[in-house]
Amino acid sequence: MLRALVMAVSIVVLAAAAAAQDLQSVLRTHSEEIAKPSRRSVQVAIDDLIALGQPEVPMFLERWQGKEVYQWDTDGQFYYVDGADPFDLIDISTGEVVGQAPKGELSQIKPNAGVRGVIGTALVQFQLQDPDPERRIAALDAIARDGSADQLEPLAASIDAEPDAAIRARKESLLQMLTARFGDATEDRVAAIEALSTEVSVDARAVMNQILTSQNGVATELPDANIAEIREPEFADAYAELVAADLAEPALSADEIKSVLAANIVEGRVGGIPVSTLSDPDARIAAYQALADAGTVAPLMTQSDMQAAIDAHVFYSVYDEPIAAVTDAAVAALKHMELKVGAMQTADLAMDAISLASIYFLAAIGLAVTFGVMGVINMAHGEFIMMGAYTGYVIQQIIPDYTVSIIVALPVAFAVTFAAGVAMERLVIRHLYKRPLETLLATFGISIALQQIAKNIFGTQARPLTSPAWLDGALVFNDVVAISYIRIAIFVLAVLFLCLILFILKKTRLGLEVRAVTQNPGMAASMGINPDRINMLTFGLGSGIAGIAGVAIGLYAKVTSEMGADYIVQSFMTVVVGGVGNVWGTLAGASLIGFLQKGIEWMNPSNTLAAQTYMILFIIIFIQFRPKGIVALKGRAAGN
Amino acid sequence: MKNSFLVTNRSVLVFLLCLALFTLGVTVLAEATGAGVISTSFVKTLGKTLCLCLIAIAMDVVWGYCGILSLGHFAFFGIGGYAIGMWLMYARTHDIVVGSLSNDVIPATSAEISDAIGTQIFGVVGSSEFPLIWAFAHSLPLQLAAVVIVPGLLALVFGWLAFRSRVTGVYLSILTQAMTLALSLYLFQNDSGLRGNNGLSGLQNMPGSDLGQDVLSIRFFWASAVALGLGYVLFAFVISGKMGSVIRAIRDDEARVRFLGYHVESYKLFVFTITAMVAGIAGALYYPQAGIINPAEIAPIASIYLAVWVAIGGRGRLYGAVIGATFVSLLSSWFTGGGAPNIDLGFYEIVWTDWWLVLLGLSFVLVTLLFPKGIGGLFDYITINREKGPKA
Repeated sequence: MLRALVMAVSIVVLAAAAAAQDLQSVLRTHSEEIAKPSRRSVQVAIDDLIALGQPEVPMFLERWQGKEVYQWDTDGQFYYVDGADPFDLIDISTGEVVGQAPKGELSQIKPNAGVRGVIGTALVQFQLQDPDPERRIAALDAIARDGSADQLEPLAASIDAEPDAAIRARKESLLQMLTARFGDATEDRVAAIEALSTEVSVDARAVMNQILTSQNGVATELPDANIAEIREPEFADAYAELVAADLAEPALSADEIKSVLAANIVEGRVGGIPVSTLSDPDARIAAYQALADAGTVAPLMTQSDMQAAIDAHVFYSVYDEPIAAVTDAAVAALKHMELKVGAMQTADLAMDAISLASIYFLAAIGLAVTFGVMGVINMAHGEFIMMGAYTGYVIQQIIPDYTVSIIVALPVAFAVTFAAGVAMERLVIRHLYKRPLETLLATFGISIALQQIAKNIFGTQARPLTSPAWLDGALVFNDVVAISYIRIAIFVLAVLFLCLILFILKKTRLGLEVRAVTQNPGMAASMGINPDRINMLTFGLGSGIAGIAGVAIGLYAKVTSEMGADYIVQSFMTVVVGGVGNVWGTLAGASLIGFLQKGIEWMNPSNTLAAQTYMILFIIIFIQFRPKGIVALKGRAAGN
Repeated sequence: MKNSFLVTNRSVLVFLLCLALFTLGVTVLAEATGAGVISTSFVKTLGKTLCLCLIAIAMDVVWGYCGILSLGHFAFFGIGGYAIGMWLMYARTHDIVVGSLSNDVIPATSAEISDAIGTQIFGVVGSSEFPLIWAFAHSLPLQLAAVVIVPGLLALVFGWLAFRSRVTGVYLSILTQAMTLALSLYLFQNDSGLRGNNGLSGLQNMPGSDLGQDVLSIRFFWASAVALGLGYVLFAFVISGKMGSVIRAIRDDEARVRFLGYHVESYKLFVFTITAMVAGIAGALYYPQAGIINPAEIAPIASIYLAVWVAIGGRGRLYGAVIGATFVSLLSSWFTGGGAPNIDLGFYEIVWTDWWLVLLGLSFVLVTLLFPKGIGGLFDYITINREKGPKA
């Protein structure tokens, strides 16, 4: 900080001293360095230019860097030019046209890449103090992308004068990162690293990793350097490393031995051993030894020779950063960060799991009504989900506004699948209440028919169901934790449905009658309830909810004729695991399956197929121990 | 004993007679052995159909007689196919590799041969190591044993777990379906050790034999016919007599059988396991005729189709399952193969390759609703009429 202060003061002082001069005169003083600049000599000129402290300096530096400055041979002055031959000469201070010159009298100033780099660094301090916040942010972005040691001082100098609080905070955090990497004093760096260790941003972690870059090496003795670790590579890798470092002779591979033997066949024998017996690896070694003993080929490197060579050397990796205190601090900081990031990732994973659970819940809640409450297996439930999704798609074709079309699609999807459910109940399921296994098969028949009809109408390719613009994007907490709005929307929808179903079943006349028919149809009928009508309505309700779930799932996944089949087994699992005949059970089942699947995916992230496999195995075993599910009904409600 | 069993089960004799006549007919008409009226590919189709009939009667025993609607028997079928496929693929690749290495001056070591085979087989999934489950792939007898033992063991463990905790009815169906789904998802992974979704291919070639496909196809057809005949007799034996009565009683009222003192779980476990083993055999005969097996074959839908065949053919009678499997699978290949003429309605043309599944699905609903006895139920009319005949 002291350095920065001194620097800032010195700049102010120098600027005051040079105020009398103008840009052109400074340039004339250094005209040699500017016209034919080299990386080394140009620094003096740039320092003087900066000391001048005039507002046109940054512009000049930019144009100089962009090869847009010309020297007029006639008066030796520097100008910008405009127009065509003869060019207008523009004064570098005032920006006014002061004369004309033909092309032949002008020489373009072409700084090389090294000089342009030096100019760029000098420019940073101007950009960092630029009145335009956009340009300051752009300069900060450039530093964050590709930081270097010489940006440290201009950045530190620019902080005090920064008016914008957000940019100031950004500058301070960047300064800390640059200090951690390039600071002069070890204490400063360690302090910066420790300050950074509380952050979880990708940038901060990248800084630690940049500090901790290391190189592998091998030698007979451990070198006097900042050693990262002593390695113990595998036998083959270790020997290959020795060979690569010229510390050992290359060993012959089995293939090379084979070709050596093939080249030394004499009258059907190699080293006195018949070729026909060489299918035995030991015989090959013996033959090679015989050749080596006779001096025909180089002696064979045996396993024990190689092991001895490996034992005689030490394998290590050494940090590029020479100061151990810095790397130690960085290692500790990285560990701390990883712990924090791990906690964040757990939170992120939990949110993922909740949103997956919401999807399973939406897919299964309709089934919980038809299967759970009525005991009817509906294999076509997945196809009702598909019908809902396609209804949403068709409505989007008619109503182009996405927000309106989704709002219209939800009730229409409910109506369509409600009607389909009622029709199916009346035509098929009603006749099969006493034969549940056959309900399974009949509804399966309907399922394949519906799937094929959808394929015939909409084709096999996936149809998009576009979510409205306000559902795009994600709620970002930090670099680790983020959740997309669409998942939040699905979660909200799932909660709404939970409340709705609970309300219908517990608080309405329909719900009362449904529960009565579920528990004892005969008694319910004698109380004046029409079980036929109730069954029909219940089935319609369950199917209608599947339709709405279809719209929600369609927004999140693709709409295909097979999308229902993807959810049907999971949905049954959800209902069975949760406990049949209970909405809370479905919620518990969906949560368990959602969290379980995400958990297994987290342990084996490359493989979602394996996650599903293990999850199903887990469920099969789970059912062994709780055959009635998590929330088992007791007493009369349990039925048979 | 055997005699009396066959005498009391006349339908078994009739079936065996029909099967023998059919086999003889196909042999006489096939390319390799007779007139050449039936093409090699059609002989394969018929042979595959016989294998499907075999698994269908297994399904009929477990569902139609014992009342367990298993949606996992096609998984056992697939496991049988994989078990034999591993040997076929290994042995054939071994022959090819040894053939190409024999040109080398230095004879190859067994490690080199095994590496080359591994690279050949597992190259498609980016590996060259033999997974553990291929440990016995070199041995035909061991893999043949695996055809029966692996499905049997899996069924035994799964059935023991499920029946022990009294999982019945639709719950059991869903559980078996989940098992099938888990298995097929597992096989879809590249690191499952069975070549992921590439599956095993080239199974139609018999290692160590230079017989043409025409001869091989008729031999597999014979083998399938023999297996079907033996399977039919085995299951007819299982479901006859006292044991058969207990099994049917379990279907009709499990609790009552348990109260009578029978150990229901053992009977169910026996039926479940033995049908799984027969399903494995059927698969082992089917896939060499199909030439390729991949995880999609094991998907839960296949097992449901199996139930569909049995339901359409008629549950609770073995010949019903045979009729159902033959009828639906042949009809299916006729429709999807473009054999059926398309119907032009003027405003819309019904293309059967697109609409066959709709027809199948709907006819399935109709059969379940209106003819629960399936096609086999038609035989009842004949026998009932005949019995009535003399009295009237």
